[in-house]
Amino acid sequence: MVRLPYLTALTTLFSYGLLFAFGQLRDLFRKILDLPKSKKVQGYAPICLGLEDFYTRRLYLRIQDCFGRPIASAPDAWIDVVERYSNDNNKTLQRTSNTTKCLNLGSYNYLGFAAADEYCTPRVIESLKQYSPGTCSVRVDGGTTKLHTELEELVARFVGKPAAILFGMGYVTNSAIIPALMGKGGLIISDSLNHNSIVNGAKGSGATVRVFQHNAPSHLEEVLREQIAEGQPRTHRPWKKIVVIVEGIYSMEGELCKLPEIIAVCKKYKAYTYLDEAHSIGAIGKTGRGVCELLGVDPADVDIMMGTFTKSFGSCGGYIAASKEIVQYLKHTCPAHLYATSMSPPAVQQVISAIKVILGEDGSNRGAQKLAQIRDNSNFFRSELQKMGFEVLGDDDSPVMPIMLYNPAKIPAFSRECLKQNVAVVTVAFPATPLLLARARICISASHSREDLIKGLEVISKVGDLVGIKYFPVEPEKTYADGNLKKLE
Amino acid sequence: MASAVMNTTSAALGWFSSAFDAPLARAVVFGVHIDGHLVVEVLLIAVILFQLSRKSYKPPKKPLSEKEIDDLCEEWVPEPLHPPITEEMEVQPATLESAAGPHTIIDGKEVVNFASANYLGLVGHEKIIDSCVGSLEKYGVGSCGPRGFYGTIDVHLDCETRIAKFLGTPDSILYSYGISTIFSVIPAFCKKGDIIVADEGVNWAVQNGLHLSRSTVVYFKHNDMASLESTLEKTTKGNRRAEKLRRYIVIEAVYQNSGQVAPLDQIVRLKEKYRFRLIMDESNSFGVLGNSGRGLAEHYGVPIEKVDIITAGMGNALATDGGFCTGSVRVVDHQRLSSSGYVFSASLPPYLASAAISAVDHLEENPAILASLRNNISLLWKVLSDVPGLTISSDPLSPIVFLKLKKSTGSIKSDMQLLDKITDRVLKDDSVFIVTSKRSNLDKCRLPIGIRMFISAGHSEADILKAAESLKRVAALVLS
Repeated sequence: MVRLPYLTALTTLFSYGLLFAFGQLRDLFRKILDLPKSKKVQGYAPICLGLEDFYTRRLYLRIQDCFGRPIASAPDAWIDVVERYSNDNNKTLQRTSNTTKCLNLGSYNYLGFAAADEYCTPRVIESLKQYSPGTCSVRVDGGTTKLHTELEELVARFVGKPAAILFGMGYVTNSAIIPALMGKGGLIISDSLNHNSIVNGAKGSGATVRVFQHNAPSHLEEVLREQIAEGQPRTHRPWKKIVVIVEGIYSMEGELCKLPEIIAVCKKYKAYTYLDEAHSIGAIGKTGRGVCELLGVDPADVDIMMGTFTKSFGSCGGYIAASKEIVQYLKHTCPAHLYATSMSPPAVQQVISAIKVILGEDGSNRGAQKLAQIRDNSNFFRSELQKMGFEVLGDDDSPVMPIMLYNPAKIPAFSRECLKQNVAVVTVAFPATPLLLARARICISASHSREDLIKGLEVISKVGDLVGIKYFPVEPEKTYADGNLKKLE
Repeated sequence: MASAVMNTTSAALGWFSSAFDAPLARAVVFGVHIDGHLVVEVLLIAVILFQLSRKSYKPPKKPLSEKEIDDLCEEWVPEPLHPPITEEMEVQPATLESAAGPHTIIDGKEVVNFASANYLGLVGHEKIIDSCVGSLEKYGVGSCGPRGFYGTIDVHLDCETRIAKFLGTPDSILYSYGISTIFSVIPAFCKKGDIIVADEGVNWAVQNGLHLSRSTVVYFKHNDMASLESTLEKTTKGNRRAEKLRRYIVIEAVYQNSGQVAPLDQIVRLKEKYRFRLIMDESNSFGVLGNSGRGLAEHYGVPIEKVDIITAGMGNALATDGGFCTGSVRVVDHQRLSSSGYVFSASLPPYLASAAISAVDHLEENPAILASLRNNISLLWKVLSDVPGLTISSDPLSPIVFLKLKKSTGSIKSDMQLLDKITDRVLKDDSVFIVTSKRSNLDKCRLPIGIRMFISAGHSEADILKAAESLKRVAALVLS
């Protein structure tokens, strides 16, 4: 977890306080100036009352140019960022037709399938010509093609479960599956830093939701014991079923979940487990099978495994892998299967080809090379950043590494300076992270070469000095006499 | 004997009364003589106060001991994650082996396809496929990031401006999946405490959005304007607070569950009278209704600004995937930061956005396909008017033709079995692919189920006649 030094906390709070005060002052002037002309349509309440969008108007709009930058090329290792300018102090941004070529440290392109690939793209174009971009029907009507059934079997085989079911969007997978499995009288225990789609799915299901401390199996055990002993709220009847939801890699922290301990606790108390591997499938593990392979957990111990195809496979959509009966039941009740357009056939073909490359079934060893490359890249980048004195979160082998910024002023400073030197980074602030813990998040890809990474490190180091985010002392150069020389190859 | 008792009693009484009146130890406190009765009164008051100050009897709360918690955990038995698998759950849908156009291949046989919502016949169109190929070679398949973090590709921005220009609205916003559009838009605008008046026949995605928004939802009878008016009257009458709350009406232009078309002109009149905002889902009417395909507002001649928020999925008429939402600049900008399906999800794959742009271009250049779609629908109505046992219950304008049983068997399950028998035989005997409307058990809609046929502008007259023939024959067989 992040240790926040007192001085940094004070300065960050002071900055936010200053921004808040100025924002209120400007709101006051706006109210005074607007008094003569009342723009409010008579009788209709405004879309946002008072302080609801204060953060958007007064804080976010000042640094709007750091977010939502359009690109004009594939989201590969190098991208063409479109330049934008503003005439009214960042309230609106206009596009130009100029682009700058930048190193891409922000897209979720873990295995490098984002751009045109020599094995995948010809097959995708062929399937496009055969099946056309959309099926215009839901899966149960006319939306199941041979490609969909092939991919379901392939995904089940890849992940190590008996059966799988596909959906056209990762977000909808969580929001529509959790209500189908849990209803009133059930209990959902989810990690405190779970993704918004899981929170929405849990809210929409009607079950009771409890939260346990991030990645703390001991607290999970406490919560489980307390809840089973107490039963349902008010009636104290026993719970119908209990599901514990965790993620493989947490996208804002970059750390892996403590899966073996959590599974052990769940087995002891007969709770079901649901693992969301959006960021970890395909990116970690010796053969890319995700966090189960990396931590040595048998996939049969996890009841439901969910994942998305957006990150490592360069496509779109999501899947659920579980036992044959659960998948059969979901195909009969899940609303996303019965009412939503089925996944686009070229996207399905892209995933089939990508999985074949990873498994080595395309006849080459590019898959193994990519997996080794991303592992080496992540470990190299993380260790170099730590040596330079940055505060980097995340575990070894994880391709996501957040660098702590804390102060709100450092967010646009870091982002704009890096862009000036042709490195595109992603900065995240409230509300995706807690208010005081703003960070810059780096995503490493297998298509980054060693030179790209070294250039990225140089630029980040220079900008880090300028902005002042090297919170830890710089590690001295290790001499040969020390013995533990880390091989960087 | 009696006199002795009398003597002792009177002596005792005398002693008591003297004790009452005797000055106690000749004490004078604050100028008051302390008499004996004062002592008793003080004692009495002390006893009363003591009883009042004692807590009422409650058995002490003992927290459960560790061993007891262990026992409870041991004996708790969870339900299985899924209910027992019944026969109807094992049914597999038909697998297509080619594009889902008006003719498709199932199990090696060519069938006429009435199960895909391919209203304009754009599935398999060469111009759209060419633009997709160009886009795939340039941008790859996926966009690898949410809109805020380098997932915004220039084709997304072009697609948004194209759709806004086509519809005549100031701006629009693109979502990456059809059903996530409406269930992200509703919670972005409606919060706890707001009032929503919705039609009871809306589809599951809208119901999910209403549930997630935590607002007060009141349903009115399906497509019934009198019921809508009385509901609006009831929710606003005498409610002073209603002035400060946000109020919305949620409808669909062409209802997915029944094929009815909403009377937009009456709804707009009611909304202006009672000061509600209107959210309309145009998934099945965008590109279908109106002289140039601009939707329900063009069909009724209502200016598009009067509808506050329009959402649509692009998976039907435009033959791609994804969805969009359009409205005033304020409406669209608000969603860029507070709509969860936009902010927390990866953006639409770029090739689908370019397919949408070419589809809209094609529709604008060839409005004749709308006329052929309308002809097909009216032809089907004519030939299906005398099918034994089934009646058409959708609107004559809607591209979804809904056939329901004239006489229901009483339970939804047996209705479903009967309809499934009809559709299976139609597929097996005559190679016509039609489907029943399936309902999830999470869906709250109570409208009757039936057979749904999606008409396309690419169907030929022969296709429609063949389908009608086959349906008449099989319905006579199965339902007699």
